[in-house]
Amino acid sequence: MTLSDPLVVDFPLRKPGVPFPPPGYAGYREHEGLVLSHLPNGDRVWLVTRHEDVRAVLTDPKISSNPEHKGFPNVGVSLGVPKQTQIPGWFVGMDSPEHDRFRKALIPEFTVRRVRAMRPAIEETVDRCIDALLASGDSGDLIADFALPIPSLVISSLLGVPPGDRDFFESRTRTLISIRDSTEEQRTAAAKDLLRYVNRLVSIKEKWRGDDLISRLLATGSIATHELPGVLMLLLIAGHETTANNIGLGVVTLLMNPQWIGDDRAVEETLRFHSVADLVSLRVAVEDVEIAGQLVKAGEGIVPLVAAANHDENAFECPHMFDPSRSARHHVAFGYGVHQCLGQNLVRIEMEIAYRKLFERIPTLELAVPVDGLAVKTDGVLYGLHELPVRW
Amino acid sequence: MRITVDADRCVGAGQCVLSAPEVFDQDEDGLVTLLMTPGAEEEAKARLASGLCPSRAITVHED
Repeated sequence: MTLSDPLVVDFPLRKPGVPFPPPGYAGYREHEGLVLSHLPNGDRVWLVTRHEDVRAVLTDPKISSNPEHKGFPNVGVSLGVPKQTQIPGWFVGMDSPEHDRFRKALIPEFTVRRVRAMRPAIEETVDRCIDALLASGDSGDLIADFALPIPSLVISSLLGVPPGDRDFFESRTRTLISIRDSTEEQRTAAAKDLLRYVNRLVSIKEKWRGDDLISRLLATGSIATHELPGVLMLLLIAGHETTANNIGLGVVTLLMNPQWIGDDRAVEETLRFHSVADLVSLRVAVEDVEIAGQLVKAGEGIVPLVAAANHDENAFECPHMFDPSRSARHHVAFGYGVHQCLGQNLVRIEMEIAYRKLFERIPTLELAVPVDGLAVKTDGVLYGLHELPVRW
Repeated sequence: MRITVDADRCVGAGQCVLSAPEVFDQDEDGLVTLLMTPGAEEEAKARLASGLCPSRAITVHED
């Protein structure tokens, strides 16, 4: 197949004042083949914007997740953990079969049955956050006091972080992801603190096993002790800001579309509609491969844009509409292929409980600023809100 | 319609259990298991599960 010259576009980093997903994505999807772009460091990369093409990229064995390969896209912004691949056990950066040992060891922790059993504990966590909000007066910031603490407390409990250490754990993870409000040095220090902490936690669990994920992994032995801290850091980072951003954006969207308050289908539509992890599933071709008729050569970087795929009119009718009554389950907000989010069913339950309890217990909840005055994150790989000022 | 599942390919996303809990379950390792051959009532849900599976561990046979 012969294609005309590829469309060349600016790399889609979010900018203040530009809506998300960027309106330009629709034009990229209409162009045949793939779209060529340049990373901030000058490297050329292919952008993938159609739903079927994103799925194809994320399941092709000629395409790798391993950032050690030459040409792997370096988007210039990170989640704050430096040199992630140098941490043993960082299995999102591995391909099959190396990756599969880690995934298989963790699957039992995140089955539908297992996460449903966590529901009462999550409800209690959400209730405690709402208690604290209500006790603080008649206004607050739902990002700092609701969206961020919920996933942090849930993951702390899953990992077996003792209650007395949870404030420390939460403060360090918060620094790690606060790209706007912390320096590179502070984030590196927070990552080191956390790594040191999870190392210590693993040593403690080796002596005193409990009813928690770390103890169970130690008991099966399928992940080596020196690999555990990397695995735990990954679970922590993958499950924290992503979930928080979905909680925050979902609350705003429900306030704007109150007819959907109380309808649990808003969870899936929020995941699709906002697609917070647009720039997360980075890949590189390790052999020549054809995607959408476009030859991608070995060593060329590929950026599947999941927000573009989730707003593809060939996959979703009226994709720009927030419509929880649609069937949205085929969205790629959690990625696709063997790396599809391991914690997706836990996130779904956290979002569902957070929305339901918040609007049940604070029915007079409203934004304290105009919706177009909300500060949107433009400084990291994840889309979300910096603050969500509300009153009741 | 017949369904086969491949637990070796399974990555435990749980999409099948959410889509068609009558047909699919996760075993103690979290991997896909088949509970029944879908009847007329379950066919559409089983097809959805197959289409959603991120690791293509569920195959629909039209025979």
